[in-house]
Amino acid sequence: MQRKGLPTWVPKIALFLITLLITLFFLQRLLMPKYMSDIIEGALTAEYYEETTGHEVLFVGDCEVYENFSPITLYEEYGISSYIRGSAQQLAWQSYYMLEDTLRYETPKVVVFNVLALKYNEPQSEAYNRMTIDGMKLSKTKLDAIEASMTDRENMLDYIFPILRYHSRWSELSAEDFKYLFHKDKISHNGYYMRVDVRPAEGFPEPDILADYTLGSYAMGYLDKMCKLCKDNGIALVLVKSPSLFPHWYDEWDEQIAAYAKQHGLDYFNYEKLAETVGIDYNTDTYDAGLHMNLAGAEKLSGYFGKYLKENYTLTDYRYDPDYQSAYAKKIRFYEEMEAAQRKELAEYGEIRSF
Amino acid sequence: MLFTSYSFIGFITVVFLLYYLIPRKCQWPFLLVASYVFYYIASPSYLIFIGATTVSTYVVSRRLDALKEMQDAYLSSHKETLSREEKKAYKASVKAKKWRWLLLCLFFNLGILAVLKYTNFVIANFNGILHALGGGQISFLDLVLPMGISFYTFQSMGYIIDVYRGTCPAEKNLFRLALFVSFFPQLVQGPISRYNDLAKSLYERHDFDTKTVSYGLYRIMWGYFKKAVVADRILTAVNTIIQNPDTYQGGFVFVGMMFYALELYADFTGGIDITIGIAETMGITVTENFQRPYLSKNIKEYWKRWHITMGTWFTDYIFYPISVCKPMLNISKFSRAKLGDVIGKRVPVYLASFAVWFTTGIWHGASWNFIVWGLMNFVVIMISQELEPLYMKFHAKFNVKEKKWYGAFEILRTIFLMSSLRMFDCYRDVPLTFYMFGNMFTHFRLQDLNAEAFLGLGLTAADYLLLFICLIVLVTVSLVQERKGHVRDLIFAAPEICRYAVFFVMVLAVIIFGAYGIGFDQSQFIYNQF
Amino acid sequence: MDALLEILTNLHPEVDFETCTTLVDNKIIDSFDIVTIISEINDEYDVVIPAEEIIPENFNSAKALYELILRLEDE
Repeated sequence: MQRKGLPTWVPKIALFLITLLITLFFLQRLLMPKYMSDIIEGALTAEYYEETTGHEVLFVGDCEVYENFSPITLYEEYGISSYIRGSAQQLAWQSYYMLEDTLRYETPKVVVFNVLALKYNEPQSEAYNRMTIDGMKLSKTKLDAIEASMTDRENMLDYIFPILRYHSRWSELSAEDFKYLFHKDKISHNGYYMRVDVRPAEGFPEPDILADYTLGSYAMGYLDKMCKLCKDNGIALVLVKSPSLFPHWYDEWDEQIAAYAKQHGLDYFNYEKLAETVGIDYNTDTYDAGLHMNLAGAEKLSGYFGKYLKENYTLTDYRYDPDYQSAYAKKIRFYEEMEAAQRKELAEYGEIRSF
Repeated sequence: MLFTSYSFIGFITVVFLLYYLIPRKCQWPFLLVASYVFYYIASPSYLIFIGATTVSTYVVSRRLDALKEMQDAYLSSHKETLSREEKKAYKASVKAKKWRWLLLCLFFNLGILAVLKYTNFVIANFNGILHALGGGQISFLDLVLPMGISFYTFQSMGYIIDVYRGTCPAEKNLFRLALFVSFFPQLVQGPISRYNDLAKSLYERHDFDTKTVSYGLYRIMWGYFKKAVVADRILTAVNTIIQNPDTYQGGFVFVGMMFYALELYADFTGGIDITIGIAETMGITVTENFQRPYLSKNIKEYWKRWHITMGTWFTDYIFYPISVCKPMLNISKFSRAKLGDVIGKRVPVYLASFAVWFTTGIWHGASWNFIVWGLMNFVVIMISQELEPLYMKFHAKFNVKEKKWYGAFEILRTIFLMSSLRMFDCYRDVPLTFYMFGNMFTHFRLQDLNAEAFLGLGLTAADYLLLFICLIVLVTVSLVQERKGHVRDLIFAAPEICRYAVFFVMVLAVIIFGAYGIGFDQSQFIYNQF
Repeated sequence: MDALLEILTNLHPEVDFETCTTLVDNKIIDSFDIVTIISEINDEYDVVIPAEEIIPENFNSAKALYELILRLEDE
C-alpha cells in the first residue's frame, strides 16, 4: 500500500462528484418550468435581476400591482423610474421579502404595497409559492421567504434544489424547455404584465358573509415589518387597493387598513372606490370581466397615481438622464411592439394567444 | 423516518461519516447511540418497549448462562462420584429450571407484542360475538405500536432460544445486546438476524475500505431504484384498482394483482437492499433476506427464497420444536397405527405446518385477511405436497422437466399462485377477496383492458414505458445474479470507468425517475382569478 | 447404520446416502423430510432428536446423522 499523499481513489471520486453535480445542474435547468408561454407569471420574479437602471418607486403585491400599474406610462408621463415586484397570488410575507430582496440591490424612495393579499393569513398553494419564490436569487431573504410560505407538504430542500421538485417533468419536457435552457425572453415591462384585450365586467355573486372580518395577525405582522423596514431605510410606504371588482374587498377590511394607515402616518388609497375619479370604465378597461385592468385601465390608473407620486415626493425626472433615456428607449420600443403584436392577434383571432 | 425521506438520507449520511471519523473502539457504541436516536425521533415512547425487551432478554440470558456454568462445574467436580443416572437426573433438573426462565422471557416479550398488536383485534372479534348475542360493546384501546416491534421481538426471542439451546453464547455486555436488538437499519422491516450471524461484524472495529463502502453504496442505490422508481410509481395504479373494487373488476383484478406483486417485490426487496447496503458501508454483514423469489418453481421453494430470515425463524423455532416434541412423536406413532403409514407419517408435519402458517399470518398483521392468507399458503403447500406422486408420474411419462419452456411455465405458475394469495393484502375483507378472485375469471373481458382504461389508473404512458424498462432491468439483473453471481463483482471486474458510469446512471435514475416529492402538475398552475 | 440408510433410502430412493455429504446444503432433503426422519429414528432407535440438534451439520450426511444418534443414545 502507498502511504504517501492521497489515496488514488480520492481524485477519482472528486472527478466523479464534479461530473455528477454539473450534470445535475444542467438537468435542473432543463427540468425547471420556463414559464415562457401559457403561464408567464412564473417568470416575473427573476426578470428584476436583469435591470440595468435604478428605481425610485417600487411596487410590491399580487396581480393587483403587476396588471394594473404601468411603469412605462409613469416614465413617459412623469419621468418616474419604477419597478413592480409582484407575482401571482404573492402573499403579504412574500411581498415583504421581495422588498427585503430589492433592498439588497437598491433603495427606492417610495414603496407601494397593494393590500389585497392581507386577506390571506396562511400559506395557500404550493404552485403559487413556486411561481413567486423560485425566481429569487439564493440569499437569506429567499430562505426566510420559503420558510414563511411553505404549505404542510413542502420542504425547504425542494426549493434549494429545485430538481427534487421538478424531476418528474422528465415526461413533459417540450421544445420550450430546451430553447430557454440558458436564456429567457423578456415578458414584462418593469414587472408589468400587458394585456390589451377587453372583456366588460359582468355581475359578480354577492360576497359571502364572513364569520370574522379581522385581518389575520400573521399577514398584518408582515405589514408591520414592512413599515419598519421602510422607516429604517428612509423609504415612504404607500398603501393602495387596486380597482377591481373581484375578489371582494370588504368595507370592514378597508376600515382596518384606513385605521392602520392613519395610525402609522401612511397614505392609503382605495382605487376601487375612486374608480370614477380615476376614470376607470369597467366596460372597456378590464380584460377579464372586472378582475384585472387591461392596458387602457393600467395606463389610466398609472397616469392618475403618477400625479400623486410626482406631487408628493421628490422624485427625479429621468427623462433627461442619458443612461435612462437609452435604457427606456428600448423598453418603450418593446412596450409598443408588444402592444401592436397583441392588437394584431386580437384582430386576427378575436383573442390573445401568445401572451 | 421513511427510507425514502430526506431526513433518513441525511441521518445515514451523518452516521456513516461519524462512524469512520471516531476512534474505532467507539464504533459499536456509536451505532447503539445512533439506533436509539433513530428510535427516539420516531417516538420517544417506543424506547420503553425496546428497552424492556432488551433488559428482560439480557437478564434471562445471563441467568441461563449461569445455570449452564453451574451445571458444568457441578458435573466436572463430581465426575467420579456420580452415576450415569444421577448425572441424567441432575441435568434434567437444571434443564427444567432453564426451561422455566425461557418461558418467562418468551411470555413477557411475546406478551408485550400480543397486547400492543392484537388487543384491538381480539376486542373487535369479541364485539362481533357480543353483537350477535345482542350484548353491549367493548370500546377499543388506544395502544401504541412501536416501529419494528414484530422484528426486534422475534430477533430477541430467537436469540434467547439459541442461548437456551446452547447454540449461541450469552452476551455478557448489556449494551452490546442492546445494539443487537436495536440496530437501526433493520429496525423498520428486518431482516430478522441471528446473533451468531450478525454479532461478529457488528461489534468488530472497521477501517474505511473503499471496496466495502462502494459495494454498500451500490446496494443502497439499487434499493432506492427499486423503491423510489418502481414501487412508489406503480403504487398509484395498485391503489386505484384495489380501493375501487366496484369499478375495477375482471381483467383489472388480475392487473392489480400483478402490479401489486411487482410493487411489493420492489418495495420489500428494495428496502432490504437499503438496509443491507447501509450495514455494508459500515463493514457489517446482515443476512440476506431474498434470493430472487420470483424465479422459484414451486411455492415451497418460493418460501425458501422470499423473506428468508422470517421463514427460517418459523422453521427453527416453531416448526421443528412442534413437529419433533415427544407428544408429537407419540401422535405420529398413534396415527401411523390407526391411519396407515403414508398418511400417519404426515400428521406431525401437517400439524406443525398449520401452526407455522397460522402464526406467519397473524405475525403479518392483526386481521382475518392475514390469518386466512397464512392458512391459504398452508393449504396450497399441502395440496402440492400431496400431489407430488402425481407430478412424479407425469414427469416419468412426459420428459419435460428439463425443458426450458417448462421451467418458465413453473415460474409463472408460482408467481401467479403467490400473487393471487396476496390479494388478501389488498382487499378490505376476506369475503371480498374471495369474491374478487372469482370475479377475475367470471368478469374477464379482454376488451376492458384497453389503453384508455390503463391511463385511468393514474399513470401516464410515459410511466408505463418507464415501468416496462425497469421490469426488463429487474429481470435481467435477477437472471444474471442467478447464473453469474453478484452483479457488483462483474462491474468491479470490468474496466474501472464502468463502476463510476454505472453508479452515475443509478444516481441520476433515482433522482429523475424516482416517484417522490410533490409531483409537478401543470393543471395546478391553470391561472384563475388571482 | 443400515437401518438408518434404509429409512433414508425409503424417503429418497434416487439419492446415494452413503456418499452424499450435502443433504441439507444442496436442499436434497427439506424440513418435511427431516421431521419424517426424526420420527422414524425415534421408532427405530428410541432416540429423540431435540429441535436444537436440527442443524445442517447433523443432517448433511448419513454418517453425521448416525453419529448424532450414537451421541444421544449415550447421554
